[in-house]
Amino acid sequence: MTTTASNKVRLATAWFGGCAGCHMSLLDLDERLIDVVGLVDIVYSPVADIKVFPEGVDVTLVEGACCNDENVHLAHEVRERSKIVIAFGDCAVTGNVPSMRNRLDRDQMINSVYFEGPGKPPPTSVLGHFLPTLIPKVLPLHQVIPVDIFLPGCPPDPERIWAAIVALLKGEPVLLPEEMRSFG
Amino acid sequence: MSVVTLTINDKLVSAQAGQSLLSAIKDQGIDIPTLCCLEGLTDWGGCRLCMVEVVGSPRLVASCVTPVAEGMVIQTESQRLTAYRKMIVELLLSERNHICASCVMNGGCELQSVAAKLGVDHVRYDYLCPDLPMDASHERNVMDPNRCILCTRCVRVCDQVEGAHTLDVMGRGIQQRVIAGLNQAWGTSRSCTKCGKCVQVCPTGALFKKGATAAEMEKQHDFLIWILDGREKKIWRWS
Ligand code: SF4
Ligand code: SF4
Ligand code: SF4
Repeated sequence: MTTTASNKVRLATAWFGGCAGCHMSLLDLDERLIDVVGLVDIVYSPVADIKVFPEGVDVTLVEGACCNDENVHLAHEVRERSKIVIAFGDCAVTGNVPSMRNRLDRDQMINSVYFEGPGKPPPTSVLGHFLPTLIPKVLPLHQVIPVDIFLPGCPPDPERIWAAIVALLKGEPVLLPEEMRSFG
Repeated sequence: MSVVTLTINDKLVSAQAGQSLLSAIKDQGIDIPTLCCLEGLTDWGGCRLCMVEVVGSPRLVASCVTPVAEGMVIQTESQRLTAYRKMIVELLLSERNHICASCVMNGGCELQSVAAKLGVDHVRYDYLCPDLPMDASHERNVMDPNRCILCTRCVRVCDQVEGAHTLDVMGRGIQQRVIAGLNQAWGTSRSCTKCGKCVQVCPTGALFKKGATAAEMEKQHDFLIWILDGREKKIWRWS
């Protein structure tokens, strides 16, 4: 899987509705990160501050559930521009903690959090204009775009992530053993 | 005791007449996934994970509630069985709010481990997210129907081992729930002896000890055999 001039895999990571724990777990690869960086170019990531999702990405890890219209928009860009999309962690795979709002009514929830709660509410003009609009139901990534690989866990521990990276770099299918594919 | 001969996974084996197919399969050291089944309780046939293929029958049968029969030929593993077993687990996961990360049984849950074993790494169905109320009225335990897979292990142990029959099942479909008494707050039930047997046999985080936080609860299913051996066979394992 070597497509760039530098012969490196073009890797992206995206952050939707998640707690950043999955990205932290990626950083927990510790010294193995040095090997990874030798083999991949990070072309988009919340840790790299790149504004536009680039074209021609080999692998994208998506953390977090689809919670708002911006997540949905980026999900489609990710799909169009990446060869392999990985649902990275339980929030992306199942909806997980963010989806616990799904049994509540969205508008009622926004009202009780922002308008009826203590403190100053945000001006109504920013809702849906500067702030992304919440979609009615939090969705796992595969309900928004087709997903190639599922990496469950909250967060997936570094060994799972490493197993997936090693398989991908070797061009092999990601087949996690039983102990590496549980939710939670 | 009469003996029957049958074929399990291409191997000719013998079993006792009247024995369940599941126990005959287990006697052969063959691993088969189950959720509603628990040694010491009557068989229920509710989860259908233990289903097998019977040669000559288009239907898949739940092996826990099917008796062995002379000349029966069965397969416990096939692509078709795995596909259906995965589907069952996905349907269970999508019906309620099985959010493992925030569950008291995370890491010790039988639904979670069966999913991992069968290779369920995502759910293909819509999550239904019903709004089912928790019951924390009991002095010692909490019931969270959002984690319940309606295996009725709690109902059976309360009736068959504790003899209280405090718990039962009410309603249908997604609204089906385990209830205490005549659908009253569990804490107000006068038949509950607070023995905690129901909590110990529950395979998920639907029943747990009050105060247990995420991933904290451990359950001991083997206490059941310990009690029953003592009661019925007078074998007490004190150690
Ligand atoms: S899966 Fe867990 S660790 Fe990852 S973003 Fe979601 S809540 Fe955080
Ligand atoms: S604590 Fe004991 S008596 Fe009470 S509901 Fe559970 S099994 Fe039944
Ligand atoms: S509460 Fe637990 S033991 Fe009872 S039916 Fe639900 S999952 Fe089964």
